[in-house]
Amino acid sequence: MTGPRTIVGTTGDWELAIGLEVHAQVATQSKLFSGAATAFGAAANAQVSLVDAAMPGMLPVINRAAVDQAIRTGLALGAKINRFSVFDRKNYFYPDLPQGYQISQYRHPIVGAGELRIDMPDGRTRVVGIERLHLEQDAGKLVHDRSATDSHVDLNRAGIPLMEIVSRPDLRDWEEAGAYLRKLRALLRAIGSCDGNMEEGSLRADANVSVRRPGAPLGTRCEIKNLNSVRFLMRAIETEAGRQVDLIEAGETVHQETRLYDPQRNETRAMRSKEDAHDYRYFPDPDLVPLQLSESRIERLRDSLPELPDETRERLIRDYGLTPYDASVLVADPDAPRFFEAAAHGHSGKRVANWIVTNLFGALNEAGHTLAESPVSAPDLGQLVGLIEDGTISDRIARDVFDEMFRTGASPQSIVDARGLRQIQDTDAIDAAIDAALAANPGQLDQYRAGKTKVLGWFVGQVMKATRGQANPGLVNERLRQKLDGAGKA
Amino acid sequence: MPSDLARLGVVDAADRLAAGDCSAVELVEACIAAQEAARNLNAVVADTAERARAAAVHADQRRRRDEARPLEGIPVAVKDIFCTEGVATTACSRILDGFVPEYESTVSARLWDAGAILVGKTNMDEFAMGSSNETSRCGPVRNPWSPVDGPSLVPGGSSGGSAAVVAASAVPAALGTDTGGSIRQPASFCGVVGLKPTYGRCSRWGIIAFASSLDQAGPLTRSVADAALILEHIAGFDPRDSTSADLAVPDLHTALQGDVRGLRVGVPSEYRLDSLPSSISDLWEQGIAWFRDAGAELREVSLPHTRYALPAYYIVAPAEASANLARYDGVRFGARSMGTDPDELYTRTRRDGFGEEVRRRVMIGGYVLSEGYYDAYYLRAQQVRTRIAEDFRHAFQDVDVLLTPTTPSSAFPEGAKTDDPLAMYVNDIFTVPASLAGLPAISVPAGLDEDGLPLGLQLVGRAFDEVTLLQAATVLEAAAGTFRPPAMAA
Amino acid sequence: MALTDDDVRRVAELVRIRLDESEVKPLGEELSRIFSWIEALREVDVAGVAPMTSVVEMQLREREDAVTDGNCRDRILSNAPAAEDGHFVVPRVIE
Repeated sequence: MTGPRTIVGTTGDWELAIGLEVHAQVATQSKLFSGAATAFGAAANAQVSLVDAAMPGMLPVINRAAVDQAIRTGLALGAKINRFSVFDRKNYFYPDLPQGYQISQYRHPIVGAGELRIDMPDGRTRVVGIERLHLEQDAGKLVHDRSATDSHVDLNRAGIPLMEIVSRPDLRDWEEAGAYLRKLRALLRAIGSCDGNMEEGSLRADANVSVRRPGAPLGTRCEIKNLNSVRFLMRAIETEAGRQVDLIEAGETVHQETRLYDPQRNETRAMRSKEDAHDYRYFPDPDLVPLQLSESRIERLRDSLPELPDETRERLIRDYGLTPYDASVLVADPDAPRFFEAAAHGHSGKRVANWIVTNLFGALNEAGHTLAESPVSAPDLGQLVGLIEDGTISDRIARDVFDEMFRTGASPQSIVDARGLRQIQDTDAIDAAIDAALAANPGQLDQYRAGKTKVLGWFVGQVMKATRGQANPGLVNERLRQKLDGAGKA
Repeated sequence: MPSDLARLGVVDAADRLAAGDCSAVELVEACIAAQEAARNLNAVVADTAERARAAAVHADQRRRRDEARPLEGIPVAVKDIFCTEGVATTACSRILDGFVPEYESTVSARLWDAGAILVGKTNMDEFAMGSSNETSRCGPVRNPWSPVDGPSLVPGGSSGGSAAVVAASAVPAALGTDTGGSIRQPASFCGVVGLKPTYGRCSRWGIIAFASSLDQAGPLTRSVADAALILEHIAGFDPRDSTSADLAVPDLHTALQGDVRGLRVGVPSEYRLDSLPSSISDLWEQGIAWFRDAGAELREVSLPHTRYALPAYYIVAPAEASANLARYDGVRFGARSMGTDPDELYTRTRRDGFGEEVRRRVMIGGYVLSEGYYDAYYLRAQQVRTRIAEDFRHAFQDVDVLLTPTTPSSAFPEGAKTDDPLAMYVNDIFTVPASLAGLPAISVPAGLDEDGLPLGLQLVGRAFDEVTLLQAATVLEAAAGTFRPPAMAA
Repeated sequence: MALTDDDVRRVAELVRIRLDESEVKPLGEELSRIFSWIEALREVDVAGVAPMTSVVEMQLREREDAVTDGNCRDRILSNAPAAEDGHFVVPRVIE
């Protein structure tokens, strides 16, 4: 298919407009405004300072590394770095918010407009506008399952530094939203400003979703909060858009509200807690003065950036002849380009990329491993492709060899040697196998001669089977055709 | 006589201790006894006698070992707004009932590190919101200058307990905080010296926040030299307060020796209110004459935006307070009124826990920050504040200090203004402008009015020029002499 | 500038202070008096004037990224009105 997906209603097609607010935990040792640790998985309230608990008289002092990472991220997004930014108090009451306000940035964020390019599987490329990026504190966590009448408050997350990255409503369907989140995650991981670990809550997205008739102005949006996987994000958007279309087509209206996605039921529901109609009474935090950035600091941080995923992607396409899609998939994992380049040394980049994207990623995914934990090393994968390239083994055999490499970590050469999988190139041997197959299956031979030429493929299969897959399939095809057609003439 | 010891100022007591003329134990006992004798003032809200006695023994031991620190054995009372480790700290609010900090404010910790001893936590207006000490949940403080058989006069506020306990010679020095006049106004009402340092001079860490951009800690003493000595030991950079100035603290105590010939003293014409009682305008003229006699140069200056200071203050301070007091929600510390859900818990806790004036100011603050009003109130007030700071900057191009009255009246009877918030707010008309500009200011006792009640004159200095401010203050002190409440005289 | 009863109720709700219905009107009148006094600010020409953002001129100080605090659960919980198993306890929250 080409172009973004639409929702097909009973009255016609509906387009989606989606904007994402992504909360990315900044990769720091300590919190945004206190010296408490940010590590995942500590005992409740063990990583809480007096500042995080908002004890009377406690004051915030900002973490330089968090500021640096926000600037680096802004630079990586090609965004405007604001030389003057202000920390505001966002006032609301909630048991997980000890100060009664969140320190955030409202009127003067540290990073202004930028953009992120996404590549879709169908070959389309979209440039998604980034409206802003700002720094803010995370809230604590409420635990509801410890008691029937109470909730328990754990402040370990309270004060953890977050970058809120706000896109424009440029995304047209859930596929694009998923691609955007994956791409953003790859970018953050590539520059090291966020570990991108969604299971641990390091990356969460809120999705603003609205529907409209093609070409019409934006409809009323609903915000779906706290989506913590790409899959849930995509399903939640599709579900929510469907809900909105059903509402409108039933003659009702969409109300602007905050909703939660329930993955079990695959539905969204309005949040019950009131939010004071969003009157957050923002004002500059008087405990902090404005943040002013020097040119030299920004330049130093620009110099600290590694090659960015888009740059890597261009280089892989240019230098290795990769398809844009394979290159995009490779750069989505910050470890993959290096792995690819190590594996592709001396081999066809295109073929190596295809092996990584199709086979290696599939196997890793199934086994729940990251690329760093891959049992197949980059040189071994290169060697495997080399064995295909020099005709030692066929693609099909190579898949078997790969499976064993993944299971045992052995090198492809050793597997081929040990199991005698070397491809048969000897035409005499192949001819013998063909003759045997033809002799053993006179019925099929008659069919072929009667004009059912499809049987050719069946004979190729028989020969491959007889040679335990080791015959060169191209050669088998060629010799078989000669024999059959020659015999016909005879 | 122990009571004689209690009458010693900081400098004199330090000299006596150093000379071995008295011990810390004797000095502390004298202050404990004097506080006991002055119990009817209700100036002290937390009993620290046992702790103080133990500390005095320790101080004497250090002195015997030649390890005496600069303030070794000097008793100091501390406003109940400073968090004191292990000693109940409530800001005289019901909402902090039972709160015992696990930490010590930077400013008080510096005093104890210099050898001073905590003798009494003093009464104050609830959360420092008030100018008469009548909003305290611990009840009003009686001004030691109240007629023996007459009605109680207020000590001023919010540092009313600190001013009263120093005026009553029950401690050589006390710490207060000043947001819009809360050190200077009670100092004036009680006939003592009250110094508000430059914003940023003293750390705010561990001081219960009222209005973060205005709050400053400072000493109340019976002499300018004592104020200088205490300031020297509480001032200085604190990395835990982002608004703390990273500047060296000058040797204030010895700087007092300089003379003021050629000092340019400004007299702001906008402070000449028609409504000013003649006793105050006469005293002001007297002060001008004293400076002229001392060889200073007097100049009329203009601070055109003076009359907007009070309205701007009553936007900025409540706005900041509304957020600063959001943490008092009954979840992590302090009093809690039960509710079946968090919102009910909050609204009941805050209703029961905050007194009327605090509730009023939190409401004002919430209103001026709320949607649709921010620009008209909060933003405009901060713009006016810039104007006011510019007025001062402009004036300080021509003069070195400014001389004004501290208050528009002397101490008034309890209950006289409690029904009229605006009448109460006007008490701070002369003190608020310097607060808004962050400038150092001091109130020095300068005379008595026709009822025999003390009046102070205020000096305002350039930012971080406490040296010149204190030098000028010694001129007033030398000319006016010191004042003791009649009941305490003898 | 007069505050309506609804203004008073709305602000009380925002700042989470319970008000008795009988208090709404007198409080509104009192706040209105204070706000009409504050109105004087409208006389000031503030065109082009930057709002004050820091009282004394200073740069925002940034600290190094190091774990120097936390790991003090007992101190965090010592003043809690209700605590259980290392957590603060509040009435059940329905999200």
